[in-house]
Amino acid sequence: MNALARIFASPQGIVFFVAVLFALVLGLINPAFFTPATLIDLARNGLVTGIFALGVMMVLASGGIDVSHTAIGAFAMYATMKIVLGIDLDLPIIAYFVIAAVIGAGLGLINGVLIGGLGLNTLIVTLGTLSFFRGALLTFLGTTYITSVPREVINFSRTILIRIENAVGQMVSLPASFLVLVAVTIVLAIIMNFTVFGRKVYAIGGSEEAAQRIGIRIKRVKVMIYVIAGAIAGLAGMTHVTLSRMANPFDLVGMELNVIAAVVLGGARITGGHGTVLGTLLGVFVITMINTTLLMAGVPSYWQKFVIGCLIIVGTGLPIVIDRLARHRQRMKRPLEAG
Amino acid sequence: MNDEANPGAPILQMRDIRKAYGPVRVLEDVNLELREGEVRCLAGENGSGKSTLIKILSGVVSADAGQVSLNGRQLGNDPMGAITAGLSVIYQDFSLFPNLSVWENIGFLTSVTSGDVVHRRSARRRLAIETLKRMQVEIDPDAPVELLPVASKQLVAIARALANEARIIVMDEPTTALTRSEVAHLLEIVGALKKEGVSFLFVSHKIEEVFAVCDTVTVLRDGAVVVEGPIGEFDAGRLVEAMTGRSVDSQRLPREESAVQRPFLAASGLGRCGNFADVDLELRPGEIVSVVGLLGSGRTELAQTLFGYMQPDAGRIEIDGDAVTFKSQHDAIERGIAYVPEDRLTEGLFLNQPIGDNITVSSLEKSTKLGIVSAASLMQRARNAVKNLRIKTPDVTPAVATLSGGNQQRVVLARWMERKPRLLILNGPTVGVDVGSKREIHELLVSLSRSGTAVMVVTDDIPEALALSDRILVMVRGRITAGFDAAAVDEDTLYNEVIREDRA
Repeated sequence: MNALARIFASPQGIVFFVAVLFALVLGLINPAFFTPATLIDLARNGLVTGIFALGVMMVLASGGIDVSHTAIGAFAMYATMKIVLGIDLDLPIIAYFVIAAVIGAGLGLINGVLIGGLGLNTLIVTLGTLSFFRGALLTFLGTTYITSVPREVINFSRTILIRIENAVGQMVSLPASFLVLVAVTIVLAIIMNFTVFGRKVYAIGGSEEAAQRIGIRIKRVKVMIYVIAGAIAGLAGMTHVTLSRMANPFDLVGMELNVIAAVVLGGARITGGHGTVLGTLLGVFVITMINTTLLMAGVPSYWQKFVIGCLIIVGTGLPIVIDRLARHRQRMKRPLEAG
Repeated sequence: MNDEANPGAPILQMRDIRKAYGPVRVLEDVNLELREGEVRCLAGENGSGKSTLIKILSGVVSADAGQVSLNGRQLGNDPMGAITAGLSVIYQDFSLFPNLSVWENIGFLTSVTSGDVVHRRSARRRLAIETLKRMQVEIDPDAPVELLPVASKQLVAIARALANEARIIVMDEPTTALTRSEVAHLLEIVGALKKEGVSFLFVSHKIEEVFAVCDTVTVLRDGAVVVEGPIGEFDAGRLVEAMTGRSVDSQRLPREESAVQRPFLAASGLGRCGNFADVDLELRPGEIVSVVGLLGSGRTELAQTLFGYMQPDAGRIEIDGDAVTFKSQHDAIERGIAYVPEDRLTEGLFLNQPIGDNITVSSLEKSTKLGIVSAASLMQRARNAVKNLRIKTPDVTPAVATLSGGNQQRVVLARWMERKPRLLILNGPTVGVDVGSKREIHELLVSLSRSGTAVMVVTDDIPEALALSDRILVMVRGRITAGFDAAAVDEDTLYNEVIREDRA
C-alpha cells in the first residue's frame, strides 16, 4: 500500500484527512479561520466533550459501552453545587472538582457493580442508569437552575490562560478549566499505557475469556473501569459549570451520542480492545470543528448531525472497504496456483 | 526447585479426582502423575472427561473430591494458584489477546503473576525476545497477534507459558489447526524443552501424534482411567481400543461398486489467482471423491469456488453438461450443491438455537404452504432426521451447543440432506470428531453416495480419505498433481504425494 492508501486504511487516517480538508475549505472561504483564535475557540468548545470522551474511550477499550456518562456528569455537577451551597463553606476550587469526581465515581460504581459484579450487558445497564441517574437528579435534587454559583467558581471561570483578539476584534479566551482536560489526558494516558491495570483493560477488551484464564480478576477490573469513567464524567460535569457559570440540571444529557461518535472516530472500536488517548482527542477535535464552524458559517444545526453521521459511516466503513479491495488486488497479482 | 535434586519424584499428582455435574458423573477416581521432563499423553474420545480434568488441574473448576498437588504443595480452586506454582494450560484457542503485540502477550502472564502495578514495558519486551530466542523461533515481537498465522499463535502461547517459568505445560489438542510440517516443528520444540526439564501433558485424540511425542499415556474413557503406562506398551490398535472400548479398524469401508455415471459437475482448467490453477475435476453421482492436500494447498478455496462462495478467474464449470457461472452460493444451492464447511462451529451452525431449527433452516420452503411455515411439519422432519442420522439427543429442542462434536457434525449433515442435494461437498468432515463417531459419519456418507448423490470430501486426513473415498485427488500448491483409485493405493504412496511440496 502506498502512503495515501495507508492513510485511508485506518479510521483515524480518514478522520484526520477529512479534518484537514475541511479546515482547508474553511480557510479558503474565510481566511480568518487560520488564526490562533480559532484554535482557542475549538479548545473551549470541545472541552466538556473531550473530558467525557476520555472516560468513554476507556470503557470502549475494555469492550463495553457507556451511555450514562452525561447523566453522571449532570448529577455530579448539580449535586456538588447543592452540597457546597448547603454547607456554606469557603472551599478551594479544587475541592469542587474532588467532590464532583467522588460523586461521579460513586455513580460509576453502580454501573460497575451491575456490569462487572452481576455480569449484565453494558449497553442495557448504562441505558438504564442514564435514565435512572437523570430521573433521580430531577426528582430528588431539583429542577431549578442554580444561577448564584459560589464565588470560587466565578473566580475560576474568570481565570484565563490565554486571551487573544480574533479577526473581527472580539476577545477569545481559553479558560483555566482547560487544565482539567490536560490533567485528565495525562492521568488517563499514564493509566492506559504505563500501568498493568490499563493493559488489563485492553486485554479484557481483546478477549475476556483469555484474560480470565491467565488470572486477571475481570470483575474487579471492570468495576474499577466504571468507577474511573464515572469520576471523569463527574469532572466533565463540574467543568461544564465553570464554563457556563450556572448549574442547569437539564444540561449535558443528550450529548452522549456525540461523545461516543468522537471516540469511535478517534479509532476506538465498539468491539473493544482498541482506542488511544491521542486518537480520542483527535476525534473530539474533528467533531468540535465541524459543529463549531458550521454554526459560525450560519449553516442550520441539523446539517451538523448530517455531516457527522456521514463522517462516522465513511470513517469506519471506508477502511473496511479499502482493506477488502487491497486484499483482492494483492490476490490478483499473485500467479494462478497457491503461494 | 527441590524436584531437581530428586528427579524421580512426580512433580504433579492428581489423586482420586471426582466430579459430577448434577446427576452426570464426569470423572471418577482419576489418578494422574507427571515427572520432570516427562511428556504424558492424556488420550480419550470427546466426552471422556479430558476437558473437565484439565479445568480442575488449572483451577478453573473445583473437584468434588480428590487432590491436586504440585511439588508436594496442594493446589486449591484458584487459577492464579496453579499459574504461580508453574502450571500453564495452553487452550485449543490459545487464549491470546489479538489486539496486543506479541511481546505484550508473552509478558502479560508474568505481569499478572508478579502483581505489578507499573507496566514494565522494556523488561517485558526483553523477556519476550529472550523467550522466543530460547525457543529458536522467529516471530516479530512487535506484531499484533491478530495478524499472525495460527502456527505462530500457538508458539506465542507456548512462549507465554515459558516466560512465566512454567514447569508443567498442559496442551489441549495443540495440533488441530496445524499442518504436518508445523506439527513437526512444534514437536521439536516440545522435545527441546523436555530436555530442560519442562513436563508436558499432551491432550490429544490423534493416534499418530501420541506415538510421536509421548513417553507415557493415560487413557480416559467415560470419566475413568482405563489404562495407563509407558508408550512402549501400546500399539495403535490397543490405544484406539482403549479409547473407544471397541476395536475400530481404520480399513476401507465396504461398499458396493456402482456403475460409472455421467458427471454431475465437471470443471475444466479452473483457476483462481493465488489459490489454484488448471483444475480438471469430474464429480459423479454414486461416487465419493476426496481432494487431499495440506493447509494452504488451495483445497478449501477449490471447494468454496465449486460452491459459488468464491469466483474463479479462469476455466469453466459445467453442471449436467451446461456451463454455469455461480455469482454466489445461492446459485450453487439452486443447482443442488450443498457445502459443509470446515469450521462447523463458526461457519455452519447456530449453536444457541435448537437442534430442530438448525436441521430445517435451509429447507423451510418444504414445510411452507401459501407462504406460511408449518411448525408441525418442521418438527416432524427434524425428528426423522435425528432418527436417521442417529444424533444422540433426547429431543430436537435442546440447543446444538449441548451436543458433542460428532453429533454437531451430524446436525450439519442433516441440514443439507434435508435439501436432497445432488452434490455434497464436505470440508474436513471429521475435524474434532472422535474415532467412533468418525466411523459412523463415514458410513453415513458412503450410504448417501450409494443412494445417488455425488460426494466430494476435502481433507488432509489421509486415513480418512482412504477409508471413505472411491477416488482420491492430490492437491499440491494449487494444482491437482495425482489421482488414485482409493482401493488400489496405500497410505505411504499417498502421503509422499501430498508432502511433495515440502521436499521440493
